[in-house]
Amino acid sequence: MLNKHIDKPVSVLLMSIAVLCGLILLLVLSFLVKEAWPAINDGAWRSFLVDDAWYPLEGLFGISPMILASLAMTVGAILLALPLGVSSAIFLVFYAPAPVGSVYRLMLNLLAGIPSVIYGLWGLTKLVPLIVQWQAPGVSLLAAILVLTLMILPTVALTSAAALTAVPQELIAGAAALGLTRKSQILLVLIPAAKTGIISGVLLAVARALGETMAVLMVAGNVVQNPTSLFAPVRALTANIALEMAYATGTHRAGLFASGLLLTLLVLLLAWLASRLRSQAQRG
Amino acid sequence: MKERGFTLLIWASALLVAAMLLWVLSDVFIKGLSHLSWSFLMDEPSDSGRSGGIAPILISTLLILLVALFVSIPLGLAVAVWLSDFTEQRSEFANIIRLTLDALTGVPSIVYGLFGNAFFSIFLGLGFSIVSGGLTLACMILPVFIRTCESGLSAVNNDWRKGALALGLSRSATVWHILLPAAAPAIVTGLILGIGRATAETAALIFTSGYVDRMPESVMDSGRSLAVHIYDLSMNVTGGDDAAYASAFVLITLIILLNTFAQAGVNRWLKGRLVAL
Repeated sequence: MLNKHIDKPVSVLLMSIAVLCGLILLLVLSFLVKEAWPAINDGAWRSFLVDDAWYPLEGLFGISPMILASLAMTVGAILLALPLGVSSAIFLVFYAPAPVGSVYRLMLNLLAGIPSVIYGLWGLTKLVPLIVQWQAPGVSLLAAILVLTLMILPTVALTSAAALTAVPQELIAGAAALGLTRKSQILLVLIPAAKTGIISGVLLAVARALGETMAVLMVAGNVVQNPTSLFAPVRALTANIALEMAYATGTHRAGLFASGLLLTLLVLLLAWLASRLRSQAQRG
Repeated sequence: MKERGFTLLIWASALLVAAMLLWVLSDVFIKGLSHLSWSFLMDEPSDSGRSGGIAPILISTLLILLVALFVSIPLGLAVAVWLSDFTEQRSEFANIIRLTLDALTGVPSIVYGLFGNAFFSIFLGLGFSIVSGGLTLACMILPVFIRTCESGLSAVNNDWRKGALALGLSRSATVWHILLPAAAPAIVTGLILGIGRATAETAALIFTSGYVDRMPESVMDSGRSLAVHIYDLSMNVTGGDDAAYASAFVLITLIILLNTFAQAGVNRWLKGRLVAL
């Protein structure tokens, strides 16, 4: 055990493994670019924006309807999950009696771990029939929004709860000393103090919703069209990749890789923003 | 009065969330259990999965997971140890590695599917196989596993490191005999996150490990995972819903069981080590 010469080779070995793992990101990005190259070089990427339809076999690569569909789903899900998630967090931190709170937290953790394909299955067999009774065809933007809301709710609630718990005790004591009611303490003091933490959690949820494939693929109906109505079937960018990879070849395949690359860049941008906000919150 | 309204609103939204979540869970449990039987676990699927069971699919799922864990556990622990104990805390180089790992965490699973298909299946010539799928999942779970283990190792009280140093232990021995056992809870958490993510994964597997629902003869065969099976049954097979729900129930149970095993296994391995010292 006194042999310290072993540290040098071990250190070198561990560092090479670390470098190897760090290179995975580079490998992923370079393979995406390599495979997408035929669809993006020499200005070919412009067809993604200007073509007015997605008929890859005929050389038409307009992906804007799918980008809009992905964005519409994500925005809709956030609009629902943000108020519900933040009020769940307020409930968890300030209102729930201790035993109720720990059961509630356990349930949120359990739901955060349920596979997305199961949410998709549930959405398709329970939610879609309900929507059909209201307005056909059921598989729709609305179904996708509702399923995504369920999926990101635990994330929003748990990160908001963490942010609220991290607010310094003096702030709460100060607010109480000023004679503010509990409601005013929460709305005027605690939420503003926890704002950056909550927003960074929301950004993570946005990234998850944008990148989600299975649940959206199963309930959204997958018709390539602009999301003009809540009840219209739409196709998300991720779902498109999953649907067409099986038979895509040539520039069609390249087009799918290009949309994957676009998706990755979007999600990385969001993750970067979230981490900047988080470090800002830690400093402030 | 307004105060009471706010309290009511908070309770109402908490109840709404709980009700929706219980709705999903109860559906999966009730519909899943009603179709579940011993033969469902033990038989081969027939009639595109409408009848028969899921035996080959369970085996494929476990094999894919095994490949993923076999690769990611040793690599992940190595990187975590390097980041926490073999490099300066403020080293620029280590921070770049951390940054790329954090970026990898955010990459959507369908993109891992594209990458795995292009790299493992085609470029390395592994084809649609359990190995391709497992390696793709390994890339996916490595970042989270590393960062969780690293934070656990960094959280070990520094007195332990100083004590080991004073006793003349090499740094490698300190890590092996003291720090890893002490960081066991974080390693378990990392494992649970990884297992959960890998077992639940669908999008990354469709184009790497494939669709074939026969019993795999080796890890070079294509194998269908449980999650892919649920997707296929509910989307492509009319009348497959009952089997899909039963598979969903099995999938959730499997994740919970594997988490328990991970907990027990790590505790046992590391407890033995602490005593041996």
